[in-house]
Amino acid sequence: MSRQMTGARMVIEALRDQGVDTVFGYPGGAVLPIYDEIFQQNDIKHILVRHEQGAVHMAEGYARSTGKPGVVLVTSGPGATNAVTGLTDALMDSIPIVVLTGQVPTFLIGTDGFQEADTIGITRPCTKHNWLVKETDELAATIHKAFHIATSGRPGPVLIDIPKDVQFATGEYVGPKQIETPSYQPAKKGDLATITRLVELMETAERPIFYTGGGVINSGPGASQLLRELADATGFPVTSTLMGLGAYPASGSKWIGMLGMHGLYEANMAMHDCDLMIAVGARFDDRITGRVADFSPGSVKAQIDIDPSSINKVIHVDLPIVGDVGHVLEDMLKVWKARGRKTNPEPLRAWWAQIEQWKARNCLAYRNSDKVIKPQHALQRLQALTAARKPYFTTEVGQHQMWAAQFLHFEDPNHWMTSGGLGTMGYGLPASIGVQVAHPEALVVNVAGEASWLMNMQEMATAVQFRAPVKQFILNNERLGMVRQWQQLLHGERYSQSWSESLPDFVKLAEAFGCGGRTVSDPADLDAAIQEMIDYDGPFILDVLVEKHENCFPMIPSGKPHNEMLLGEASTEGAITGAGAALV
Amino acid sequence: MAALNIQKGASSHSAYDLRDPNAQTIESHTLAVLVENEPGVLARVIGLFSGRGYNIDSLTVAEVDHLGHRSRITIVTRGTPAVIEQIKAQLGRIVPVHDVHDLTVEGPCVERELGLFKVTSKGDKRVEALRIAEIFRASVVDSTLESFVFEITGTPEKLDAFAELMRPLGLSDQARTGVAALARGA
Repeated sequence: MSRQMTGARMVIEALRDQGVDTVFGYPGGAVLPIYDEIFQQNDIKHILVRHEQGAVHMAEGYARSTGKPGVVLVTSGPGATNAVTGLTDALMDSIPIVVLTGQVPTFLIGTDGFQEADTIGITRPCTKHNWLVKETDELAATIHKAFHIATSGRPGPVLIDIPKDVQFATGEYVGPKQIETPSYQPAKKGDLATITRLVELMETAERPIFYTGGGVINSGPGASQLLRELADATGFPVTSTLMGLGAYPASGSKWIGMLGMHGLYEANMAMHDCDLMIAVGARFDDRITGRVADFSPGSVKAQIDIDPSSINKVIHVDLPIVGDVGHVLEDMLKVWKARGRKTNPEPLRAWWAQIEQWKARNCLAYRNSDKVIKPQHALQRLQALTAARKPYFTTEVGQHQMWAAQFLHFEDPNHWMTSGGLGTMGYGLPASIGVQVAHPEALVVNVAGEASWLMNMQEMATAVQFRAPVKQFILNNERLGMVRQWQQLLHGERYSQSWSESLPDFVKLAEAFGCGGRTVSDPADLDAAIQEMIDYDGPFILDVLVEKHENCFPMIPSGKPHNEMLLGEASTEGAITGAGAALV
Repeated sequence: MAALNIQKGASSHSAYDLRDPNAQTIESHTLAVLVENEPGVLARVIGLFSGRGYNIDSLTVAEVDHLGHRSRITIVTRGTPAVIEQIKAQLGRIVPVHDVHDLTVEGPCVERELGLFKVTSKGDKRVEALRIAEIFRASVVDSTLESFVFEITGTPEKLDAFAELMRPLGLSDQARTGVAALARGA
């Protein structure tokens, strides 16, 4: 049956067929026909943002907390260019989002028309794929393809650029089932022979470790479940990257904490000393490896990843397994069980005894105070007071982000949204709104630094308009804390431009936006303030004035291997020198 | 803290310098990339090379299957074995890329390039240019009393050698297509 309709109507029809319930967007000249269609229907809710970057981060928050693709609709030119940061963020963290951009009509393309930009050219390197649709007949198929590509294989952002005349013109609509992508066929199942070889190594390993990442989350809740089963059955310790937190629960007995530059001492030492490393959906980022030449020198390394280009990119891997984490873990479990559920118990016991010794260093220790709120303490109290609500956490980028990763407990996948790969300041507030829109009843807290938060604070208006009761937990040190920390370590304590001489009064700001707000500076008032934030019926800004010069430890100074961490209160003088200083 | 000091140059082993040219040998590889012939596909391939800092020594592209909308891009690139592997994996990740073949490692292959060389000279030099062209089996595709344009097909090395010999004989301009390559055998 042939169905004729306008391109603008097709967009709505295709989104509906894809099961989309929410679109984050901002109207403009080149997308008016689509907005006209949005006006005339009730199936798809439109969240009006205050800046297109916010729309993309909201879509990311929505996507990461639901496992469904986030959808963004923006206009041509500045609408599209404002989306670029979010697209790059989603690409780095493998988040499935579909961005629809308006474009000047086809007959104006190339003439420097009003609000014309080469959106496809600009976004080519920051999308998994993008399309300029020049024929209305191709629009529906392209949208369906876009959803398939965004959500399958290694997920990522895609963009469809739709000229205004294509939106007005009439064409034939096709449904999602009629779509083929012959050149794009990502593998799901891993090679069984390699999986069996890995299981053989697991049976004899003396110091094994699961090094898990965002790929476990992206593979779906089933993958997290399989990871838990495999880790608990084998008794192997589990560490995770920033992106993978929650895949294995923090309360699980095999959990040894996050690894990496600000990871836990026990996790990094275990990575350095292990004899079998099983990387599961993790990509050996430079924040994880430290000095590559000294990265886990004595281990056999296996890597499970759906993206072949993630394998051997940074670290040479002995056993590469290309496939979806969930499928591969399932096969691993099957093979391991069929071969008699063997491990090497004696050395494994000794390995755990060693890990316990490292744990005893208590690497997250900090000196608390009854005069000033320590950021670590604030997060511990936030954790304690919110745990029962099974909260969703988002973060901005910087010290507070690392402290949140260290001090919050992640029990479930899809409850932790942070900008890992790109490190986008301004991510957390809009992301928290995206999460809240997807989970209206849930407690959603954005752990923020005041500097990051200001980068997209306009989105508080979005939160108020759509009654998204997001909680903004701002650890305010009046500094760009991480920049300040690096300047202390690396640049002779010359704090160039890393503090804000003028900050807004966050409580008045909250009032101006029409939401709740409070400042707290006395540790004795902290619990009451957090409770007020949680209990407030609506969005809330809690301005927590914290110790201004706290450093984030542990820390692997750039250019150092895992076993040369700086622990809390360490002397930081000359910690980063010479060649390490050139690293970011 | 002295124990933590990094020696100068120690970061040559950091993630940033994985491609340290001193660490491993640089190899030249000829890659055949079969792509969907859609707008922008060449830009995607080229953008990958520039964005990730890979080298392109030569690049040719043309549609090879009109009905199937397939084009073949032949790329000659250089890098350490690890980088070459990464290039292939990254190319394979591009959505409209059907297939990536490393002709250098997949067995013997035929590599050919076409070149046009203009030689402007008189007298003995002109005679000598014509004589060398004959040895190289180059054909004259344009002639004036003071110039020849030679057309020559062969490996890039053969074209290099020809250009080298023509230089003292009045080589004034040249155009080369870049390498096209196919695996030998069935």
